Amino acid sequence: MAPPRKRTICMQMLRDQMPKELICKNLTKKYAGTPTALDHVSFTTSSSKGIFALIGRNGAGKTTLTRILATELAPSSGTASINGLDILDDTNELRERMAILPQESRAVAWLTPRQTIYSYLLYRGFDRAESAKRAKNMLERLGMSKYSDTLNRYLSGGLKRKTMIAAILSSDADILFVDEPTTGLDPLSRAELWDVLKEFKKDHFIFLTTHYLEEAEMLADKLCILEKGKTVAMGDIDMLRNKMGYQYSVSIFDKNAKVKPLVGKTVTGHNGKKQIFTTRDEANRLAKDLIEKEKKFSINPVSLDDIFFYLVKKPISEGDEEKGDDYDY
Amino acid sequence: MTTKRRNVFSQLYASILINAIYAMKNYPITLLNTLLAPLSILIVITLISKGTLLGVSIEGALMASMVASGMSIQGDLSHLKNDFKLQDMVVSSPTSSAVYMLGMAISEVIYSLPAFIVLTILAALFIHTTVTGYFILLTVIVLMFIFSISLGFIISTFSTDVMQNWAFSGILSTLLTTIPPIYYTITYIPLPFRYIAYISPTTYAAEIVQNAIGALPLSLTSLALDWAVVLGISLCLLFLAVKKSRWREV
Repeated sequence: MAPPRKRTICMQMLRDQMPKELICKNLTKKYAGTPTALDHVSFTTSSSKGIFALIGRNGAGKTTLTRILATELAPSSGTASINGLDILDDTNELRERMAILPQESRAVAWLTPRQTIYSYLLYRGFDRAESAKRAKNMLERLGMSKYSDTLNRYLSGGLKRKTMIAAILSSDADILFVDEPTTGLDPLSRAELWDVLKEFKKDHFIFLTTHYLEEAEMLADKLCILEKGKTVAMGDIDMLRNKMGYQYSVSIFDKNAKVKPLVGKTVTGHNGKKQIFTTRDEANRLAKDLIEKEKKFSINPVSLDDIFFYLVKKPISEGDEEKGDDYDY
Repeated sequence: MTTKRRNVFSQLYASILINAIYAMKNYPITLLNTLLAPLSILIVITLISKGTLLGVSIEGALMASMVASGMSIQGDLSHLKNDFKLQDMVVSSPTSSAVYMLGMAISEVIYSLPAFIVLTILAALFIHTTVTGYFILLTVIVLMFIFSISLGFIISTFSTDVMQNWAFSGILSTLLTTIPPIYYTITYIPLPFRYIAYISPTTYAAEIVQNAIGALPLSLTSLALDWAVVLGISLCLLFLAVKKSRWREV
């Protein structure tokens, strides 16, 4: 039998040769006195690089799943592994490779951005010289040098979040958990953070949770919709469109317009418009019909918003899809 | 591939920086904070006793400082955990709970350095005892620090609200340092109430130190009991803090 040290090296080599994947098997989390937060969540996704976005409403279980995968929370049952490392058995090794920006995390008020990043890197185990060098480089890379010695309490919300993101990005963790990073930020600050994440997804695996669907659509290479602790759908945006079965959305401004699609679903959108999800050919036919009837309308490819509401919300009346049943959302 | 890298000294230093050095550097007013409470009680007791309790009061102030400094870890950890989510970030990093706790404990000592320095100078000037006496004083103070820091850490890991922690911290500090007879000897308390004083571990600690500096004569049995209580409770709480606290949630 190989001595322990050799065994460890062999295990390491084996793991490095394994496909980089995040695998969840029947992950379940129950908190006392509350509905099940995660209910047998199972999926597999590549975790070599890119952004995997977990979307869902508030309370869908996004943060619980993130915290379990980030080894902060133990599941009630089920297992998960990232790049061959089990979240319960290989915790220390995983923690070497991952970093998390928790939901509602804030930059410590009495620190400057430089001090925030520097201290975090010390926690990661870098020595003082390396931490200082990395902090300086990251601040320069994110265009924050002029704020590096300003107390966090005096920074704008966007800069505070950017400081926190800079901290986890400056570590050499290749798995990053980013839980609702842009909540509460203005559109410009959000766009700035998106640019940062887009740049870093090229050589990191970023597990992003968000309830901003446009953010997920803009950033993610793969998406997973979570609803009431269960996975509703998973894949890239085209796969989700295919799951929905329709490629186009026809919005009609007059919600009382008498339009019945031959193929598709008619819904009342959250903006009050009549909306028809349908196929390309049917969208063409409807467009001609609506022009003849002089109705105002628009046609767009089905968006993530459409898919999300379609998959998450239950129709008011179940019926034959092909006949175009109605539901509200 | 990420290489294994666990520079424990860096990890300890991170906590010391965040919770002490940066706080003192960026908010200098905090330097006064820890000095004020023990020094003011010391002055009041010394004035009322017309100087006769000066040595005992200095010993009491040193002990109160250490306990208060240990207890303040509770509020600090809770603040960093609940308001800034620092602990969540550290849990998912190579830093272990023991290193994080040790770093935070050292940071509390460093944060309280102004008080310790002033009180140590006063002790050197006004407490006249043997080398063994000073050694006992130091040992008891360290044990009281271990006791309070462990208690503070345990409470903080279970708390979800910093307001609750600050309240706990205030109540416990008063129960452990203001009410028990540490600035004066237990003989000043009327007999039936002495039993209440013995609920606090600081009473036992104060008795050991007061005995060592010649302010309170004690039988060998009482002294042994005092040591047993102080050692027992400090080590028990330390064990619980390291082993049973909720570092990772279940």
